[in-house]
Amino acid sequence: MTTNNSLHDAFRAARDEGRAALIPYVTAGYPSLSRLPGLVAALTEAGADVIEIGIPFSDPLADGPVLQRAATEALANGTRVAQILEMVRDLTPKAPPMVFLTYINPVFRYGIERFSQDAYDAGMAGLIIPDLPWAEGQDFRLAAEASGLALIPLVAPTSTDSHLHSIRTAKGFVYGVSVTGVTGMRAAVDSGVRTLVERVRRVVPLPVAVGFGIANAQQAHEVARYADGVIVGSALVRTIMEDPSHAEERAYAFVKELKSGVNQLGSKA
Amino acid sequence: MLTTRVPDRYGRFGPFGGRYIPETLMPAVEELTQAYHQVRRDPEFQRELNALLKDYVGRPTPLRRADRMSQALGFDVFLKREDLNHTGAHKINNTIGQVLLARRMGKTRIIAETGAGQHGVATATAAALFGLKAEIYMGAEDVKRQALNVYRMKLLGAEVHPVESGTQTLKDATNEAIRDWVTNVRTTFYVIGSVVGPHPYPMMVRDFQSVIGREARSQILKLTGELPTHIVACVGGGSNSMGIFYPFREDPVALVGVEAAGEGLETGRHAASIQVAERGILHGSLSYLLQDEDGQIKPAHSISAGLDYPGVGPEHAYLHYTGRATYVAVTDRQALAAFHQLSQWEGIIPALESAHAVAWVIEAADQLRRDRARVVINLSGRGDKDVDQVFHMEQGGAQ
Repeated sequence: MTTNNSLHDAFRAARDEGRAALIPYVTAGYPSLSRLPGLVAALTEAGADVIEIGIPFSDPLADGPVLQRAATEALANGTRVAQILEMVRDLTPKAPPMVFLTYINPVFRYGIERFSQDAYDAGMAGLIIPDLPWAEGQDFRLAAEASGLALIPLVAPTSTDSHLHSIRTAKGFVYGVSVTGVTGMRAAVDSGVRTLVERVRRVVPLPVAVGFGIANAQQAHEVARYADGVIVGSALVRTIMEDPSHAEERAYAFVKELKSGVNQLGSKA
Repeated sequence: MLTTRVPDRYGRFGPFGGRYIPETLMPAVEELTQAYHQVRRDPEFQRELNALLKDYVGRPTPLRRADRMSQALGFDVFLKREDLNHTGAHKINNTIGQVLLARRMGKTRIIAETGAGQHGVATATAAALFGLKAEIYMGAEDVKRQALNVYRMKLLGAEVHPVESGTQTLKDATNEAIRDWVTNVRTTFYVIGSVVGPHPYPMMVRDFQSVIGREARSQILKLTGELPTHIVACVGGGSNSMGIFYPFREDPVALVGVEAAGEGLETGRHAASIQVAERGILHGSLSYLLQDEDGQIKPAHSISAGLDYPGVGPEHAYLHYTGRATYVAVTDRQALAAFHQLSQWEGIIPALESAHAVAWVIEAADQLRRDRARVVINLSGRGDKDVDQVFHMEQGGAQ
């Protein structure tokens, strides 16, 4: 059975190996929902430490063009929230800890308590909602945590110290947004990320994973030098988009490469 | 009636409102809230705003009895002439206020979303007035429907970004504006065009638009010596209606918001989110939303681009929830008939949006006559922008 400790254990295992945790993201329903088991297996085999499963939303305002397109296509081919919950139930026993990433309205509509319970019962470990800021989400957080699911707090380069203090009692890990902006690949990792990670570390006793904009193994390596986890979404989904009929092979190869990026940590401070 | 002041300090109107936005934007909306609270009490700011509303926008706008319409319907109808504002609609009341605030806050870049293009034009106008650069997001479908407004924005020095994602209308333009904002949050002021978005926007836009209701209230009292029985206004996001409702909120006056029933509520092709009254969260606040069982946003439909939005401002949701305001809906066909009717009765071509309010008064005429009603319609905009679209529709064209 999954508990919040599974996330804790995953980060600790990576740290014991002297590296950062690798957290790939795929959108459920892209290229089709029937491909999700194969994709999760590929990510697992390639060495993912935690897996993020996106539940597509019609109006993904924190996402750049790649993840917008994946969500649009997933919805166009009929992907439903209940189907995703049903499917992950079979996947979680054979995979590293998995977390959902979705927007507030699908969760609100489903009912936060029921959603948290169903996600937890399906073996999920956490929930990330990019349009639910911590200050607004206290009721959601209590409902999620009552079921055993961690509501993952986000921090951004603009976050105030008072926000960092408010997430001290959060569960799971901290999702560090590397840029002011939406998801999507960037040419370089913003130099402010390291400062952000250090600010969070001083206050919050949780691992910090960094996402938004990490495009390749080189950038993953760079971020892994100071963060506890590296989240890669758009770059992975774009790789799948280039050849959807070989989604699993593409995903495996790309995540394998990212893994070598986070593994080469001779220079870790 | 209303006994508590809304919103509370969390931006809540009862169970509605709030702030549902990425963490990145939270410090920005907090900064905006504080800046807004300051200017609200700052006599210098208020003096500057009022001077601009008077000498630049052309306020106060007239309120006058629509004589031929009143005679035809058998009760008194008054029109609040927001169509006579500079740029042709009420939208500029809000953009002047927000751009003035942006300048106070030292923001150098202005962005906005637009549906029909009226808010885009009003934002571009206010930005030009202060020598600021405006970038306007507009759904690609609306860019086609409202080509003249696109050109107007460009004439005013703004850059227009057509938005190709989703349904290519107002909700998608809003998504894209929020994406821009989250990316350029340190330099950019997002001028939201309606009483929607995260706190403080619904409150702030309401306050800037309340000049409509304050004027209307004193004008009708001066003209007739008494309050009207009904205030009628169209509701998309709901800024013109909130602007005229708000100063009457504690008066014994019926507040009637008219939503767009599109091709008919039963067809599902409409924009009447309060008629459906399903709660949801989009673009920063909790309100009523058109959505499916999974919480995916359903595309709205209306003949009028300005009402073509799947949500509604949280304060309207609250006024519906408390019963203080009544929300009704009229179809595209009824609005179109009213567009013609008012033009012929009064020599005033209304915006298709405003024609919805006129249409409801015509539809409800029997009851209103029995009630000896004195109705004020907020004529939120002029119909010049719609003439081309209506012309093509009636020629059986592709529109």
